[in-house]
Amino acid sequence: MNAATAIFFVLAGLLVIASLMVVFLRRVVHCAIALVTALLLIAILFISLQAPMVGVLQVMVYAGAIMVLFLFVIMFLNPGALEQPSIAWWGLAVILSGLLGAFLVPLLSHYEASDNPVTSTELFGSPDVLAKSLFGEFVLPFEIASVLLLVAIIGAVVLGKREHGSDGAA
Amino acid sequence: MVPLNYYLILSAIVFAIGVVGVLIRRNLIVVLMSIELMLNAVNLTFIAFARHLGSMAGQVAVFFVMAVAAAEAVIGLAIIISVFRQSRTLDPQNMQLLKW
Repeated sequence: MNAATAIFFVLAGLLVIASLMVVFLRRVVHCAIALVTALLLIAILFISLQAPMVGVLQVMVYAGAIMVLFLFVIMFLNPGALEQPSIAWWGLAVILSGLLGAFLVPLLSHYEASDNPVTSTELFGSPDVLAKSLFGEFVLPFEIASVLLLVAIIGAVVLGKREHGSDGAA
Repeated sequence: MVPLNYYLILSAIVFAIGVVGVLIRRNLIVVLMSIELMLNAVNLTFIAFARHLGSMAGQVAVFFVMAVAAAEAVIGLAIIISVFRQSRTLDPQNMQLLKW
């Protein structure tokens, strides 16, 4: 086992533990912190997979923006009451997800990985190459994504607006 | 170099954990967090295949998944806030206005 594999196993173990903490911790804020940990570990995995640009974006967008949004909402709503777990659903859900895992893992591990993966250049995954691909081949989805984000902004503002404000103009 | 299968198995495990979270948690915010976890597991698969096949298309797909996930989180949290204003609860069991 070389160093890269050892590092991968450390990261993978930490990622699984953090994911389990997201699901099984009872306080919402603790779940959010565990999710930040998991997202940062995934960002490290991205960087180790020769995707530095996507890794940096992962830290900025997920661990930065989205998690701050989650923490804001937790702070705003202050869900102090701990939820009561129902044992029947727990058993059913764990069994179902175990089946899903038992289905997915053999399915994916039977993928015929070619022995000699494509030897990539040093530039693979750099912002330069990513941008060329993004604005060349994938420029139409890029523009559609910008429209999607605009719709999301407007939708969030409309949904977050008070129903009966002081002014009747809206 | 780490084999591709290791990454695929790891992302399958994380995805299954996210499914557990969606199914068992009775707090809408944590359900949304579990969905983020599942999206990230899929992203890991995309990046692993992009590395393995030497194609940039996987990384671009992750870029778009991130954009959609950001929009989904924003809209989801806005809906949660709106629901909380109406019914003062975050428990999806209590949201049965449309239930027949």
